[in-house]
Amino acid sequence: MAAGTIVIKKPRRTAADQSYVVELVKGLGVTFKHLFKGLNQMRPGGQRPDVTKMNYDEGVATLEYPEEKRPYARRWRGVHRLTLRPNGDVRCTACLMCSTACPAQCIWIKPAEFPVGHPSRGHERFPEEFVIDELRCIFCGYCVEACPVDAIRMDTGLHMTALDDRGSFVYDKKKLMSQVSQDGDQLTANTRPEPGDASHGGITRLKGH
Amino acid sequence: MESIDQELDESELELPAEPMTLNMGPSHPAMHGTIRMVLKLDGETVRACDVQPGYLHRAQEKMGERGTWQQFFPYTDRLNYCSPMLNNVGYALAVEKLLGITVPRRAQILRVIHGELARIADHLTCNGAMAMELGAFTPFLWYLKAREWIWEIIETQTGARMTHAYGRIGGMAAPDTEDFGDMCLTVLPRIHSVVAEGESLLLKNRIFLDRTQGVGVLTKKRAVSAGASGPVLRSTGVDYDVRKDQPYLTYNEVDFDVPVGEDGDNFDRFMCRMEEIRQSARIIEQSVALLKKIDPRSPDNEVNVKNPRVILPPKEEVYNTIEGTINHFKLIMEGIQVPAGEVYQYTEGGNGELGFLVVSRGGGNPWRIRVRAPSFYSLGAVSGMIVGGMIADIVPTFGSINMIGGECDR
Repeated sequence: MAAGTIVIKKPRRTAADQSYVVELVKGLGVTFKHLFKGLNQMRPGGQRPDVTKMNYDEGVATLEYPEEKRPYARRWRGVHRLTLRPNGDVRCTACLMCSTACPAQCIWIKPAEFPVGHPSRGHERFPEEFVIDELRCIFCGYCVEACPVDAIRMDTGLHMTALDDRGSFVYDKKKLMSQVSQDGDQLTANTRPEPGDASHGGITRLKGH
Repeated sequence: MESIDQELDESELELPAEPMTLNMGPSHPAMHGTIRMVLKLDGETVRACDVQPGYLHRAQEKMGERGTWQQFFPYTDRLNYCSPMLNNVGYALAVEKLLGITVPRRAQILRVIHGELARIADHLTCNGAMAMELGAFTPFLWYLKAREWIWEIIETQTGARMTHAYGRIGGMAAPDTEDFGDMCLTVLPRIHSVVAEGESLLLKNRIFLDRTQGVGVLTKKRAVSAGASGPVLRSTGVDYDVRKDQPYLTYNEVDFDVPVGEDGDNFDRFMCRMEEIRQSARIIEQSVALLKKIDPRSPDNEVNVKNPRVILPPKEEVYNTIEGTINHFKLIMEGIQVPAGEVYQYTEGGNGELGFLVVSRGGGNPWRIRVRAPSFYSLGAVSGMIVGGMIADIVPTFGSINMIGGECDR
């Protein structure tokens, strides 16, 4: 055998091991130790520690879910939300990047032009309809990565709950816009100025032509 | 039909002597995954065995050709779903080999740590399930508790418990969080104690020892001829470990041992995995130390390569500059342009040598992605291990192979 290898030997068995009874009692001792530790935590008003920190402690490792909840990690990808502009409109510009990047093809967008006279007309479009089928979604986060305007996020901290019918899992634009992040935030972090704003690069570009 | 309670003369009673055919699976509650075994039984003894995989075939390799190179990562998560990060790393390395790029040092070490965490989780699941199949339910629950700790660490880094999609061609999806190394170092001693406690129950238990030692024996010759790798091959005494023999990433900088068995029976496979958990923990401890040694201002500290043809530009650039936006759109719409060629990149997965053969004809889509799934080759050796044994030993023997349907059938 080359260096850096460990050869696994069969353990020697004593008469006590072969008789089974001695080790049975010892083993039951180990399991009962755990049982009593758990019972001590479970009794009403017991010393059950903070559920968010108890994971590595000895004793009960399970959560009594609807009553006890563990917060999700900051990066955890939950159901989607559409971020909003400061004026409450949807930030999405219907560029279809998210639906292109989606490996599960669960996003469907119907783009539309802004009406004549709107400052955004000619600069960007907006989604007339924005539908995500949360049952098809595989929660890979590619849509968030693909969004060039920070319009779609998965930081709601919500997992899919059981609903009555399949149609309820198809989230429309209104539902997506009403979702909030784990911090209760709805606004986009995109720093790009709005079309019509003095600092918007598109105006100077138009003037040049 | 004769009534049951009629008095039979014992001498006239005839028992059927021809072998009985029994279908185990594809959805047998004791079988791992969906697999069918057609058994020829003589009483309780298995005389012939036909293992039929393929019930979890999802055409993953074909689906990979539909999308861009980057879009295959979610599929790799679903290969061996007990250790998804190892698959992420293996695929990323394959495409990077074709592109001819090397990821920065921080990304390399992160890949090692995540991969080893996934390996511990994989082995804990396999060994726990194997013990459960022999009637020992307690170690199974303890090992899953320990696996849960690992999943929680990976969840804070990747954003998902199992389907991480964290690897990227040319780096990682996101840098590690500040407390990543500390979380690993906190959890490892606890995993050690859980593993030792479970072992203390199992390795003194005569039922467990009798039912694993000398059962499901795989000879060295047969293992090699079947193409088995990983713990299944090492349990027969061959010290082949890709991490040791063909080091990739930063495996040549860390010190670890390769456990090998002597007989290739269920016990050796079980103990190989147990020892690998300890060795993986050693690798993680050393890798966390390596991570802390990186100078924060050096280019080694990046998690992505500096190559705008591979890595998406920073978000601020995408929001505010036309160059960033165009770069972003081209990478998402057309994908990473991989030059024409064909490479095979192999890594040590949870079950053995996990290989990716990727073929490109240029352009943003893979021409072919072929996965060398280790458990498919281990499965080829199974029927020889089962035949001659008892029917009750099929389930633990099969469990010790750790066939993962998602990886085997793809």
